[in-house]
Amino acid sequence: MISINAAVIDLKRLELLADGDTPIHALDARAKVLVTFVFIISVVSCSRYELARLIPFFIFPAVIIALANLPTLFLAGKITLVCSFVVIVGFFNPFFDHTELYQIGHITVTGGWISLISLFIRSLLTVGATFILIGTTGFTAVCQALERLGIPQLFTTQLLFLHRYIFVLADETGRASRARELRSCGKKGLGVVSFSSLVGHLLLRTWQQAARIHTAMLARGFAGHFHARRQPSFGMVELCYLLSWSSLFIALRLFDISETIGKVVTGIFP
Amino acid sequence: MSHHIVEVIHLRHIYPDGTIAIKDVSFRITHGESVAIIGANGAGKSTLLQHLNGCLEATSGQIRIGDMPLTKATLPDIRRTVGMVFQNPDDQLFMPTVFDDVAFGPLNLGLVGADVEKRVTEALIQVGADHLRAKPPYHLSGGEKKRVAIATVLAMTPDILVLDEPTNGLDPYARRQIMSLLQEFHHTKIFTTHDLDMVLELCQRTIILHEGEIRADGPTGEIFRNDDLLTACRLEKPLAMQGCPLCSREADTTKP
Ligand SMILES: Nc1ncnc2c1ncn2[C@@H]1O[C@H](COP(=O)(O)OP(=O)(O)OP(=O)(O)O)[C@@H](O)[C@H]1O
Ligand SMILES: [Mg+2]
Repeated sequence: MISINAAVIDLKRLELLADGDTPIHALDARAKVLVTFVFIISVVSCSRYELARLIPFFIFPAVIIALANLPTLFLAGKITLVCSFVVIVGFFNPFFDHTELYQIGHITVTGGWISLISLFIRSLLTVGATFILIGTTGFTAVCQALERLGIPQLFTTQLLFLHRYIFVLADETGRASRARELRSCGKKGLGVVSFSSLVGHLLLRTWQQAARIHTAMLARGFAGHFHARRQPSFGMVELCYLLSWSSLFIALRLFDISETIGKVVTGIFP
Repeated sequence: MSHHIVEVIHLRHIYPDGTIAIKDVSFRITHGESVAIIGANGAGKSTLLQHLNGCLEATSGQIRIGDMPLTKATLPDIRRTVGMVFQNPDDQLFMPTVFDDVAFGPLNLGLVGADVEKRVTEALIQVGADHLRAKPPYHLSGGEKKRVAIATVLAMTPDILVLDEPTNGLDPYARRQIMSLLQEFHHTKIFTTHDLDMVLELCQRTIILHEGEIRADGPTGEIFRNDDLLTACRLEKPLAMQGCPLCSREADTTKP
């Protein structure tokens, strides 16, 4: 349970990164949201047997992490963690999909394995892009940008509350399980019985806590709109940022750059 | 100014589980008054305070702030007027950093840019927490959280300040700091506390709440001289009014 707590503290740390003041942080959130959106669409729409075409997409996270001064190791750790969950979903691909794709020596590479690897790479890219978006923008600003882009306020507010609720839930879980651990004197608690009552208790407590926080927000003039600290302004810089990245992603999606480079290289050195 | 009047008329609150937390409470607090609400644990102090800005809905009875009765329609205005510090700072802090948290109110009031920055800095300096501005609230100590929670409300420059145990858990220096801050706040202020010496120093008027009812309401000095009343309500004299057993100092009866 301690580890749940640690994971959440890490999530919060991700959000703290958004306080930086690099040029990337200073960009209007809408530009960053749109770029991330185009990026994710381009990556996800690649076919499931695609590998080579995906690799060049890593340029986006690499450049942004460098420009925005994000802690690479920390991010990489979080991203891999989340992606390993995603891969569990695709774990059975190799058992079901026996399409033969390549032959390397005696080993036949089936479509199942390729699609598993492709799934992993695609999740690395999309999860990475999302984390980078939050790390350079902050969740509140992302929601605000979504609202300004025309997503209904009902939806964005829900999203924000969900995000807050995760923290509340994790805090309460940490506290309750510590209390249980301390009082079970090194035994495994009282087993399933005390665990299930703990869970029921937790739901009620988090519900109340969330309600109290909501009250506190209302008490401070919250009227359904979230205001990010940075004044949004979509200028020339944002437009260039949006257009250049988007066209790059679409180009990477449409043309297989690795193959082209490969051909050029083999053309030069026959 | 009639703006800063707080009036509670036959307030009754029953929690959904049937607990009668407030039986029948009425009082009127006028502009500039500083009033302490004291009483035993579970007397209903927090419940009462949470009605003053509509965090809880009365089972029956009415609240009036200034000339406005508290209703759904007047709620936003009333919440701008009445600044409320909750007993548990964890209920109050929810943004990723201290700065964001204190800025939340001013941003909702429509302030932008440098104005927000200024308000936040002032509020944080007032509670002596400016060095914490970049920290996430969940990494603060209990007393630091409390101070930041007070700053979140100060940043909204309310006309009426309502605080639930403002000095609970603070170190002596911070307690002094909050006390002098309250002393400088010249509008109406209402707070609950178990710190009876603070009541003696800050409030001319004290209300004793006992089992959901007002047991006494009057000048602080008078109330603290009534031993029977205090005992009946699980309270005791402030230390400043008790003789000192170590140096055999006489009790200070010159206090208000
Ligand atoms: N959400 C709730 N549901 C049911 N009963 C409640 C709830 N909150 C408080 N109570 C009950 O209402 C009564 C008054 O509680 P309240 O929190 O107002 O006390 P208090 O005077 O603030 O005490 P303390 O000095 O301990 O803070 C208590 O008996 C308490 O058990
Ligand atoms: Mg209380």
